[in-house]
Amino acid sequence: MDALLFLTFAAIAVGCAINLVLQTHPIASALSLVGVMGSLAVLYLLLGGEFIAAVQMIVYAGAIMVLFVFVIMLLNAAAEKKTRKPALRAVVAVPLLFTFLMLVAYLIQTQAPKGTGVKFGGFTGGGPADIGRSLFTTYILPFEVTSVVILIAILGAVVLARKEV
Amino acid sequence: MHQLWLIPALPLAGFLVNGIFGRKLSKPAVNAVAIGSVLLSFLWVVKTLLALGPLESAYTESYFTWIQSGIVNVGFDLAVDRLAAVMLLVVTGIGLLIHIYAIGYMSHEGGYYRFFAYLNLFMFFMLILVMAANFLLLFVGWEGVGLCSYLLIGFYFLKKSAGDAGKKAFVVNRIGDFGFSLAIFLTLVTFGSLDFGEVSAKAATMSPETTAGVVTGICLLLLVGATGKSAQVPLYVWLPDAMEGPTPVSALIHAATMVTAGVYMVARAAPLFNLAPIALDVVAFVGLITAVLAATIGLAQNDIKKVFAYSTVSQLGYMFLALGAGAYSAGIFHVMTHAFFKALLFLGAGSVIHALEGEQDLRRMGGLRSKIPVTFLVLMCAAVAIAGVPPFSGFKSKDEILLAVHAYSPWMFWVGVVTAGMTAFYVFRAIFLCFFGTYRGKAHPHESPLVMTLPLGVLALLSLGGGYINVPQYLAPVFGQPNVDHDMTLVAISVGAGLAGIFLAWLFYVVKPELPEALARTFSAPYKLIYNKYYVDEAYDALVVHPLRDGSRSVLWRGIDAGLIDGAVNGTGALARSIGAGLRTMQSGYIRRYAAWVVLGSIVVVAMVTFLGGAR
Amino acid sequence: MPSEFPIPLPNLPLPDAVPLSWYLILSAILFTLGVAGFLFRRNIITVFMSIELMLNAVNLSFVAFSYHLKSVDGHIFSFFVMVIAAAEAAVGLAIILTVFRNRQTLEIDEVSSLKL
Repeated sequence: MDALLFLTFAAIAVGCAINLVLQTHPIASALSLVGVMGSLAVLYLLLGGEFIAAVQMIVYAGAIMVLFVFVIMLLNAAAEKKTRKPALRAVVAVPLLFTFLMLVAYLIQTQAPKGTGVKFGGFTGGGPADIGRSLFTTYILPFEVTSVVILIAILGAVVLARKEV
Repeated sequence: MHQLWLIPALPLAGFLVNGIFGRKLSKPAVNAVAIGSVLLSFLWVVKTLLALGPLESAYTESYFTWIQSGIVNVGFDLAVDRLAAVMLLVVTGIGLLIHIYAIGYMSHEGGYYRFFAYLNLFMFFMLILVMAANFLLLFVGWEGVGLCSYLLIGFYFLKKSAGDAGKKAFVVNRIGDFGFSLAIFLTLVTFGSLDFGEVSAKAATMSPETTAGVVTGICLLLLVGATGKSAQVPLYVWLPDAMEGPTPVSALIHAATMVTAGVYMVARAAPLFNLAPIALDVVAFVGLITAVLAATIGLAQNDIKKVFAYSTVSQLGYMFLALGAGAYSAGIFHVMTHAFFKALLFLGAGSVIHALEGEQDLRRMGGLRSKIPVTFLVLMCAAVAIAGVPPFSGFKSKDEILLAVHAYSPWMFWVGVVTAGMTAFYVFRAIFLCFFGTYRGKAHPHESPLVMTLPLGVLALLSLGGGYINVPQYLAPVFGQPNVDHDMTLVAISVGAGLAGIFLAWLFYVVKPELPEALARTFSAPYKLIYNKYYVDEAYDALVVHPLRDGSRSVLWRGIDAGLIDGAVNGTGALARSIGAGLRTMQSGYIRRYAAWVVLGSIVVVAMVTFLGGAR
Repeated sequence: MPSEFPIPLPNLPLPDAVPLSWYLILSAILFTLGVAGFLFRRNIITVFMSIELMLNAVNLSFVAFSYHLKSVDGHIFSFFVMVIAAAEAAVGLAIILTVFRNRQTLEIDEVSSLKL
């Protein structure tokens, strides 16, 4: 059952990711990314990350992707024009990426820890209570620092997006 | 302590004051500083020598250790012995007179303070040279006077010929200095010391078999240095050109003091030369050749200063002849008397030139006897002195030399006698052309001021009577008793040669002025040869200067500098450029290409981790 | 196979528990696809989304390792990644807006002023 669920949502994620890469119109890519994020949220749930799964849906798929779509709409972005010389890029980049993937896969296969495997319910320490306790005790300083980072990001975004720069 | 350091320090102070503040000082102030420093120095020399008494052995004052490194241990030591005492008196005494004379001579010249600053600097270095207690300190003075000579020859630096003459003197002297410095190195390696006393002591104790070769080498290298400074064959060519400088400079540096530094140096190194008879022979030979060669050239020169310049070269040859014959004291004696009469000749010539507003050509003089009588009188004193007319100073010292040379090698004596005749001839030729006959120039001659004629008078007295200072006797403790018997026949022969020279000059230039031209036409080939100074300058040009210049241009410049060095430099640049041009294609500016490079890099990293076992 | 599942399942040789390496390889595939998107797409916004995809892929491996280690730290890490991604998205999209306003283009190859 676990394997089936994993394979299903993994397939959706990979399919959506491939679609993201292949689509020429940014809005299609954005929707594909939402699909990837949704299926990843399911996988997080399978891994016992309830809080992370919720944040993935709310912050990522919700807020950030809305921002993307908003910008696409704002700039009235159209589909990419046909490239003039796609051949070289494919010839160079595809083998490059394939090599990269094969290397990493080989590394994972040989080096990854061989445990009992992932079963739903095997880890239940990812609830909001656990995350919150950890955030406000062990990781209190990074947590506070992120608030500063976000503040700076907000200021930066405001400064950049103003009419008169 | 007798504070020997004051003797050179006083002119140095004068140089510093005049050199730094001279531009702002008035002429009397410059005079006071320049003359005052030399006068004080002279007085200090006199006081010191009186205080030191008979000075049977050298008196040394050590001030500080100058260089200490490995076997090199050189102190800043000044020493006075009888040899140095003679030289000190000559240098400061003549120097003082010439400084005074220069006030009058230079009064209308630009760069007044500069002139006196250089002159004081020269006095400083010359005194260091004379009082040095080791070879290295002597070398300091040696180089210093060379520098001042260069500066003063090129004093009229706006005149191209003066600048060229200065450079020529400098370059030719470098050749000699090269030999001198090699001699110093060799001395240091051989004896482990540069101190005169130590070197001669060690040289005396070493076995002749071990030292003969090395000492001969040292002496020959010293001779190379001496030929440069003292204008001997083959390096004499700079001295006649050095007459481009102001006349007081010609008198002080290029007649009376600096050019005798080579003689002084050889005399200083006498303990070494005594161990190297071959080197002494070479010294005598070089001296003889120089004496004859310069005397013959002097016969046909028309520039009054050039005549005296070749006369100086010739007389220096005489001194070397004396040194080579082992008569060091006679050589130094001649240094002193020569300083008197040659300084007088030059200063007198300067007075003539001053009177004629810069005219130096004998062909445009004549009949000046009545117009500038004082100058005529003192120049006559100098002329009879140099011609060897008894009982004046030149006779005394030349006599000593010729007698010693006769004992050494009779044929050299005869050549020396002929040269003495020629000397008398060309000096009196100059005198007759200048003062007798009718005036052939356009200027309005006027007698020089007292400040110039006073030193002339003093020098005239010294030229006439200086021979009675028995220098050989005084120097006996240094060089040993001169053991020459005063053979009256030989004396008569040399005096006769001088008188014959005077008579011929009188015959040629007073009685029958048309005779010389006829003779020159008859013997046109030899006349041309000596008139053009044996084409020595041209020969040096063709044999040394041109090959050097052309070789430098084609090999060193075009080949090595432009080809090799520039090629290497440009090649390095071109290599970096081409590598950069290759690498530049990476920097396309396209963000995605940068990303591709990042991917490539991460592939390499992952591959290394995977296959080289970076991961556990 | 649990019997209460209504739809009959094909009898595949599936393991009972999913190996950790499957998650990791999925993460690697997604990451590589993100890189591919970065390299192939020319629209700045799509390129930006590819970056988000890469971040997500890394997050997946964080969470997977967290399960394996039975620790909450991986979750915290991916939480921070999300926070930073949000900040980055805000700034990045603002930059895209500015670029578009100045150049009237979203073509990434038109923006090549990194080279003088």
